[in-house]
Amino acid sequence: MKVTYYPGCSLEGTAVDYAASIAGIAPLLDVELVELFDWNCCGASSAHSLNYQIALHLPARNLALAEKAGRDVVAPCALCFNRLKVAEKALLDPEQEDLGISYGGGIKIWDLLDYLTQKAFLEALAPKVVAPLINLRAVCYYGCLVARPPAVTGKTDYENPRNMERLLKVLKIKPIDWSFKTDCCGAGLAVARPDIIDTLVQRLYERALMAKAECFVVSCQMCQANLDLAQERISRKFGKDYYLPVFYFTELIALALGHPEAPKWLAQHLVDPMPLLKMKGLA
Amino acid sequence: MENPENQPMRPQFFLAKQLTKAHLSVASCFFCRKCSGGCPLTFAMDILPHHVIRLALLGQEEQVLGSETIWVCSACQTCTTRCPNGIDIAGVMDWLKEEAVKRGRTIPDAGVMAFHRFFLESILDAAGRVSETRLLRRYTLYKMRRNLNLTELRQNINLGWKLWKRRRVRLFGPPTLRGKAEIKEIFRQGEF
Ligand code: SF4
Ligand code: SF4
Repeated sequence: MKVTYYPGCSLEGTAVDYAASIAGIAPLLDVELVELFDWNCCGASSAHSLNYQIALHLPARNLALAEKAGRDVVAPCALCFNRLKVAEKALLDPEQEDLGISYGGGIKIWDLLDYLTQKAFLEALAPKVVAPLINLRAVCYYGCLVARPPAVTGKTDYENPRNMERLLKVLKIKPIDWSFKTDCCGAGLAVARPDIIDTLVQRLYERALMAKAECFVVSCQMCQANLDLAQERISRKFGKDYYLPVFYFTELIALALGHPEAPKWLAQHLVDPMPLLKMKGLA
Repeated sequence: MENPENQPMRPQFFLAKQLTKAHLSVASCFFCRKCSGGCPLTFAMDILPHHVIRLALLGQEEQVLGSETIWVCSACQTCTTRCPNGIDIAGVMDWLKEEAVKRGRTIPDAGVMAFHRFFLESILDAAGRVSETRLLRRYTLYKMRRNLNLTELRQNINLGWKLWKRRRVRLFGPPTLRGKAEIKEIFRQGEF
């Protein structure tokens, strides 16, 4: 199946591991990702914080390009997805002032997790699992922006999304239920206010440990960065010795399907997942 | 902190009218405080989200436009999602930030604002995409000039080194877009 792919800036930068895992598993799932031609940055938190107009026009340009390409568009980044949806809403709302961009609403905007956990994909995935990830105790962490606000994202299960759990079951992981899967990690403040990240993320660590989890599974590179990159700093600050690897869901798919490159992507994390996988007899 | 709810105040309606014009009406707030109840960032705020909405409705410009709250709000959208009256609280926070800058106010959280500004500048500089490496370098230099915190600097260099070793630092800037004139035009129209 061919689909337009809008990677976003960080997948060309610090999240190259996420990008590689996506490119790695797509062919195994019979998905052909066609990169959106000439895409631009969505503006992220910074644009909507300082300039409403720019924050709308940047994703609107991408959306118009995607419509021209004629296929649904998939975004692996929660923020890119959210901004595309905001632009879509504005472009299709007759009460909004004209943005000077023509968009007819002929395509659907997906976040990558939602796209890959459609029923047909999960059914096709099940028989391909060669290395079931049994025994891995994981909590799913969705973060904010793929789900909220529902008036923008169009999601119905925004308080308690379940699609990542459904995926983990197919990979033979028994997901742990916890109440903090859509809590905020503070992403947009990571650089300017690391102190805030420390408080928010330490809470998530504690709550995951309380649920007896050994790792997080995420679908957003900003969540991954905050939970992974900051772990050493937070451990030091709170006098704890946290060890909670943070997997992208795409990496777990790769592991379960026996993709030979998976260990290479995992080695790019700061919190090395290998000791955990070895302990579980999965590596 | 003095509870702003208990202060006698003189209502003004200019701010509320501006918000309504921006499709961000706050008039239907009945002060249920659900927005603040679910907000994960209250620990870092000076006034709570429901204060922001109420004070905006009453036109208390000093208090809302000068608050730290609007800058530490992470735009997680929990409040907007849950408000029983459909008020877009997170949208109001954004609008207030933009307005505070427009009016040339002193920003209590200058670092947050500077980061956002550098981010936009780096999209404009590269005419389309952000280079994280450049953005972080720029922000670090800014921080160093303002207030040299050696521990923080050492931590950042250390982190940069670790990412470098893992090949997660991109050496080249983003590609030049075919539509770079369109991007420049977007920024020009947005008066940035
Ligand atoms: S949730 Fe809505 S109605 Fe309730 S206090 Fe907040 S803004 Fe007002
Ligand atoms: S969007 Fe801002 S104010 Fe609303 S709940 Fe999130 S952090 Fe709090």
